[in-house]
Amino acid sequence: MHTKTLAELARDLRARKYSSEELTRACLARIERFNPDLNAFISVLREQALTDARAADVRISKGGAGPLTGLPIVHKDIFCTRGVKTSCGSKMLDNFVAPYDATIVERLKTAGTVLLGKTNMDEFAMGSSNETSFYGPVKNPWDPRRVPGGSSGGSAAAVAARLAPAATGTDTGGSIRQPAAFTNLTGLKPTYGRVSRYGMIAFASSLDQAGVITHTAADAALLMQAIAGFDARDSTSVDRPVPDYTAELERPLKGLRIGLPKEFFDKSLDARVGDAVHAALAVYRQHGATVHDISLPNFWLSVPTYYVVAPAECSSNLSRFDGVRFGHRCENPLDLMDLYTRSRGEGFGAEVKRRIMTGTYVLSAGYYDAYYLKAQQTRALIRQDFLEALRQVDVIMGPTAPTPAFGLGEKTGDPITMYLNDIYANGVNLAGLPGISIPMGFVDKLPVGLQIIGNYFDESRLLAAAHQYQLETDWHTRIPKGFE
Amino acid sequence: MEWETVIGLEIHAQLATRSKIFSGASTAFGAPPNTQACLVDLGYPGVLPVLNGAAVRMAVKFGLAIGARIAPRSVFARKNYFYPDLPKGYQISQYELPVVSNGSVEIETEAGGSKRIGVTRAHLEEDAGKSLHEDFKGMSGIDLNRAGTPLLEIVSEPDMRSAKEAVAYMKKIHSLVRYLEICDGNMQEGSFRCDANVSVRRKGETKFGTRCELKNINSFRFVERAINHEVQRQIELIEGGGRVAQETRLYDPDRNETRSMRSKEEANDYRYFPDPDLLPLEIAPAFIAEVKKTLPELPDQKKTRLMQQYGLSAYDAGALIASRELADYYETVAKTAGVEPKLAANWIMGELSAALNKDNLEVTASPVSAAMLAGMLKRIQDNTISGKLAKEVFEAMWAGEGDADAVISKKGLRQITDASAIEKIIEDVMSGNPGQLAAYRSGKDKLFAFFVGQVMKATQGKANPQQVNELLLKKLKG
Amino acid sequence: MPLTAADVRHIARLARLAISEQDIQVYAGNLSKILDFVAQLDKADTSRVTPMAHPLEMVQRLRDDTVAESNQRDLYQENAPQVEAGLYLVPKVIE
Repeated sequence: MHTKTLAELARDLRARKYSSEELTRACLARIERFNPDLNAFISVLREQALTDARAADVRISKGGAGPLTGLPIVHKDIFCTRGVKTSCGSKMLDNFVAPYDATIVERLKTAGTVLLGKTNMDEFAMGSSNETSFYGPVKNPWDPRRVPGGSSGGSAAAVAARLAPAATGTDTGGSIRQPAAFTNLTGLKPTYGRVSRYGMIAFASSLDQAGVITHTAADAALLMQAIAGFDARDSTSVDRPVPDYTAELERPLKGLRIGLPKEFFDKSLDARVGDAVHAALAVYRQHGATVHDISLPNFWLSVPTYYVVAPAECSSNLSRFDGVRFGHRCENPLDLMDLYTRSRGEGFGAEVKRRIMTGTYVLSAGYYDAYYLKAQQTRALIRQDFLEALRQVDVIMGPTAPTPAFGLGEKTGDPITMYLNDIYANGVNLAGLPGISIPMGFVDKLPVGLQIIGNYFDESRLLAAAHQYQLETDWHTRIPKGFE
Repeated sequence: MEWETVIGLEIHAQLATRSKIFSGASTAFGAPPNTQACLVDLGYPGVLPVLNGAAVRMAVKFGLAIGARIAPRSVFARKNYFYPDLPKGYQISQYELPVVSNGSVEIETEAGGSKRIGVTRAHLEEDAGKSLHEDFKGMSGIDLNRAGTPLLEIVSEPDMRSAKEAVAYMKKIHSLVRYLEICDGNMQEGSFRCDANVSVRRKGETKFGTRCELKNINSFRFVERAINHEVQRQIELIEGGGRVAQETRLYDPDRNETRSMRSKEEANDYRYFPDPDLLPLEIAPAFIAEVKKTLPELPDQKKTRLMQQYGLSAYDAGALIASRELADYYETVAKTAGVEPKLAANWIMGELSAALNKDNLEVTASPVSAAMLAGMLKRIQDNTISGKLAKEVFEAMWAGEGDADAVISKKGLRQITDASAIEKIIEDVMSGNPGQLAAYRSGKDKLFAFFVGQVMKATQGKANPQQVNELLLKKLKG
Repeated sequence: MPLTAADVRHIARLARLAISEQDIQVYAGNLSKILDFVAQLDKADTSRVTPMAHPLEMVQRLRDDTVAESNQRDLYQENAPQVEAGLYLVPKVIE
């Protein structure tokens, strides 16, 4: 069962080839076997999962099942889940049990999915390697000496190792797409506002977006159908009809105009990754798509802009963790100041503190204009570039990350090197556009991802372009050694 | 040395919405601690604010009432600072682009003229919770029920030149927000609070002096005392060769002094930036037009109309419009057929107000309704009772003994207006007091009052006083 | 522009983060690098660019003024480090 896609499992459950309970037990068995090495989970919800699976089986037997009923999934531990520890990968929330469900958790629950557990992640989603987690790094199933990417590293590793058929993730600057690329998976970051942020612990509110990590675009379409759509509890949620993503997968590639930004192919890109992109483009051309050279002249501003905007928002978003109402509190505070500084100093890890301090600095008196206001302006330039390009082409393609998965500990010494790993991802969040990463081959036996960027709310076109490619290629079906 | 005081006020009016500005929790006052603090109010991880439309409508209503500009686009910002009563570590407020700006109100000056006080801006923001300082094992307790209650912060220009003007302005805004029904104005419960920026300068100086911000002055009386005290402190400081330091000072009403707030002294760097969880607030002309239709008659308009319609003096009309409820009460009485509007005004400002004050009641809770008072005034005017008897009738009505007619018949308070009956009593009094009669007739005019008193006593005060006067005068002459 | 240890102490205090003295130097180095890196933005000509606070050009939606929450204090305070009589306890607040 574990080698099947979500769509295949759904068909099998409806055909009663096996029950949701059997499927869930199979997943739990694999988690038990492989997770001690991978460290992909922060919490495994064995009993709850089995209860939910049995309830799903009852629904299936009564004929009241929906497309997702009985399918096991995992949530990144950033989504509040009622009655379940929700740590966000931080010591700060190690003792935190969410009293409510995030909208996406609620919707997937209502759809009948079975929650296997909560996955490991970079602390408060701040990282590109899953090494900033309080719960320790996650290993890449393709090579245990390498990172799975981040911040949704646990979700990616769990799906890549076939411990779960699909996972949720969040993407503030590449946190779904880059781990998907590093683990040979499909990772969709929807348009900002397409999926509710309610209940997703905020990192940078104007950039954060929830999405999914799956084996295929068709699986992503299935999950998106359940999670996308308006939510009155999120002021930034967009009230706009949700298309039938599965039906739209059939859109042919013929006539698809693909833009190739020349700025994506400079010296920072591993040439072998560049070759893989060109090989993928050849497949698209064969099926009637056209490829056009485009330019994103302000592309070079995206990482520095991101590292002003994201820390600024995070410095404010994380102020609520003060040791008063929830979360870590230091022992025997001397006074109020001591309570705050020690609770926060002990509860947050180094990268989170670095970003809080960066953000505090760029917003502080005397620096606001030079950093924050300036970054809001460069952000506008970055978006303008994308919109300009998307007037000429339907989608933009390029690498998801400049290299395949790097080694554990390889980039932890230098934050800037780590940040630059998301060079192709950050701009998409700054503009609020949807992006998807799909498997496009291997470099040094490590998977690499093709990123497809679309216009606002054009997820169905992205999913179709990914799906049509997956019909023609088998990269996405490759399973890491030892996990077959 | 002549000094001039410069005062600007920041008034925080809690808006009278049912739910909070960014959450669906109740704003009702007085609930047990933290029972009205929902996940959004508690700043729980993952939750998000959604703006209450009623709060926006109320802010616009206020803006229209003071002739202000309503911003077609305004922005919510985060004001970042750590404090236990501020759960998120930031307050959602409006900074660069407030919803209301450039308005004004007129106040009456001590000299009897009027003065325009500018309102720089009024913006929407969320209230904080409360720190309770009773001892919990040497700790403070935090109640977040108030956190997230909508506030309209109304910032004046530094246009006031005395504590009295500041009080007049504060009263004006207080009456206005209550007329508009956007704030209950309850100062004990903290629904209407005020901070004052106070500075002094030498007369003739055009530059402002260094100002201090006075916090916690939550009654009209305290505002006046706190400002006067602070002005005195600043003048003494400067005259003693010192300098005023710009700082926040807390007014202590028990000691009638202000003291520096140490907790606020640390350099405030609020790091304002637009709240990414909220989008720009756009207010369309149609929205404004719709709100405009809901504007009630405002105090100034009502005052002018009362003067014209009922022939009241500016003083009487000014007193009667103190609240919308009082004015409504007055108009109900004054419109009753057979009631003289001026008489109604006198009774409402006199007996009724005194009785309300004594029992600490709002006019809406008065045991004597407008209809009851009107019924009594009719009996004065048709001579059933005298003004003096009316006071007794009023007291009985206040005590719940029924309406005027019931009290009059029950207590037999009907006035004696039968001239022959009064004459008969006068004759009895005269014959019973021959000494006084002789003295009066020999020129002791002052004894007239003695005879009036005797007649009234004999009739238990029921004789028509005017008739008694007339008839006595005639009879005593002999 | 390199940050000094004093700068880092000031920022850490504003952000209410206890940082050990030996870590102050490390953060000063890291943060200086990050600020140097983002200083590239200076090279962009933004003289005629309207700042962008949000990816979507949408306006704020308004909620109806209805009470939609009930008392859940006990549940919400299960996560609280210290409560008494329904209040969250903190070291004495001095005004």
